[in-house]
Amino acid sequence: MTLELSIQYLMAGITYGSIYAIVAIGFNIIYNTTGIINFAQGEFVMFGGMIAITLLNFMPLPLAIFLAVVITMFIGALIEICFIRWLKSPSVLRMIIITIGISILSREVAVHIWGESIRSLPYFVGNEITSIPILGARISPQVMWVVLVSALMVVCLGLFFKTTSVGREMRACASNRKAATLCGINTRNMVTLSFVLSAGIGALAGCIMSPITYSQYDMGTGLAIKGFTVAILGGLGSSGGAVVAGLLLGVIEAFSVSVVPLAFQDAISIAILLGILFIRPQGLFGSKEAAGLKEY
Amino acid sequence: MKKFVSKFLMAVLAVTLFAVPAAWAENIKVGAILAVTGPASFLGGPEARTLEMLVEDVNSRGGINGNMIELIIKDSAASPEKAISFAKQLIEEENVLAIIGPSTSGETLKIKNICEEAKVPLLSCASAELIVNPVAAYVFKTPQNDSFAAKKIFMEMNKMGISKIAVLAGNTGFGKAGKEQLLTIAPEFNIEVVEAEVYDKSSNDLSAVVAKIKANKDVQAVVNWSVVPAQAIVAKNMRQAGWDVPLFQSHGFGNIKYVEAAGAAAEGIIFPAGRLLIADSLSDDNPQKGLLLEYKKNYEDKYKETVSTFGGHAYDAFTILMAAIAEGGNDRDKVRAALEGLKNFAGTAGVFNFSAEDHNGLGMDAFQMMTVKDGKFVAYTGK
Repeated sequence: MTLELSIQYLMAGITYGSIYAIVAIGFNIIYNTTGIINFAQGEFVMFGGMIAITLLNFMPLPLAIFLAVVITMFIGALIEICFIRWLKSPSVLRMIIITIGISILSREVAVHIWGESIRSLPYFVGNEITSIPILGARISPQVMWVVLVSALMVVCLGLFFKTTSVGREMRACASNRKAATLCGINTRNMVTLSFVLSAGIGALAGCIMSPITYSQYDMGTGLAIKGFTVAILGGLGSSGGAVVAGLLLGVIEAFSVSVVPLAFQDAISIAILLGILFIRPQGLFGSKEAAGLKEY
Repeated sequence: MKKFVSKFLMAVLAVTLFAVPAAWAENIKVGAILAVTGPASFLGGPEARTLEMLVEDVNSRGGINGNMIELIIKDSAASPEKAISFAKQLIEEENVLAIIGPSTSGETLKIKNICEEAKVPLLSCASAELIVNPVAAYVFKTPQNDSFAAKKIFMEMNKMGISKIAVLAGNTGFGKAGKEQLLTIAPEFNIEVVEAEVYDKSSNDLSAVVAKIKANKDVQAVVNWSVVPAQAIVAKNMRQAGWDVPLFQSHGFGNIKYVEAAGAAAEGIIFPAGRLLIADSLSDDNPQKGLLLEYKKNYEDKYKETVSTFGGHAYDAFTILMAAIAEGGNDRDKVRAALEGLKNFAGTAGVFNFSAEDHNGLGMDAFQMMTVKDGKFVAYTGK
């Protein structure tokens, strides 16, 4: 394999990996405060992209993306308030089933609003055929956007959880909900906030990846599966773990093309998911002790 | 009380059962099984809208020989299981005269025998050759054959002096069937397939596989055979990688939305398709021109979206069926015989000439090589 080809594979892997990582981070935020996996996370990504594409008809691109993120955050809050908040005994299984229902509902709503055709945002810089040469390989500038925005998002989230008091309160909910309530933290609001945050992250991801992957009403399911794999691989709840695991999975997938037919690419990620569940159920970066304390 | 309620319900049921058929006695029922939602919705959506528009049009002009057409559309979401149960429902409960659809080849093949045994004419909007080969007496299809598209592409390659190619196909029924055809027919044209890959229909990015086939210096051209949106990603990733070999696509590219999706990367893609896409630029003596322009105008005015060849397949199925009903009336066997006897019938896909052996009725000339120029489909005239 030539150096040029290796770099091309590496870049492709980073593209997939960053996308998976952002979706996985969305999973993690909700998991941390509620202990559930929100299977509608992929739909947040879809809403973000679709709303931005619609808004683009009326306003410039940065404003459209900003508004799309805000609107999707609002949708996230609405979903939590309508479907999760009023539950008297929110057992984990029940909430998970509810999120699956929300995911199906969101897809149906989307197909009625936007129809079944694919749409996409324009490339932020250049167009469909622009590429930047890097050490003999060529990649689209949009890939740079995806990588940069993902990195920025991880840093900002890290700061938010470590330095702000709201962030600390959310982490308190994550480690022990009852204890957090006893300390005077309104855990219900924290759950709403976690939905808002992960909806916002999903929406932003949906916007920056739209030029590369296109947006379609049913794009969420596939993303959710990959994001879920990455979240498990990195250790549920760990944002740093999600980034490393996302990039790892992406790069493995990209390089696998040189050995096995492309058709088996998804089989590889599922095999990794199964392997990790057998060998290290807490994920690469999760601690066994912390995983043992979780309800799920 | 309970007894009364059940008796009352029985009475209501009895009245509706007798009243409804009486009121609709003059109607001819036509069923349609289309993938209006789901992964093949870009086929079924335009097909369903086309049928709704045509039925309205026929009925507003007084129906066929005074009989109104009643269309029952079932959404299969591209699931063969649903297609089977809808086919049974349409035949046994609704007692339809004929069925239009399904949208995909997989579904059609599942219900081929059901319609054949029930002796209900089926006009499929899917393209696989297995649908009409071997011929089933009651099963017809309106899209052109895959093998004709493959041959058209290879003929063009021979002209351009291309002998070694890579094949990329989507993992749908259409993609797999196309890949088979390409691999089987290539030797006839002295073309060698040096790389062949299948990609997932929900792929996000295909730059890795593009890098792989690009690294094979023998590849002189790429054939990308797919009907799913991911086919536009192949075009983008190829051009982003700075690779400018000729890119051929299948007739599954015949939707302007894919051109929009691929943007600048779509320029110069060569593919075979029905003439609907370039109706404006056809010469006036072309037998298809009039109806193509009319369909295009009506559809685009009504639904505010660009017409695609897929909706055209439903258009053909419907107009062919109406011509057969005009001749055979509300009788399945007479309609079937009328379908088989249709000759020189101009449709959107080409000029149909059905016979007892040929239930597709289209020839190689139904395809025209096209390319994309300035974001529009134009006839391909060679370099």
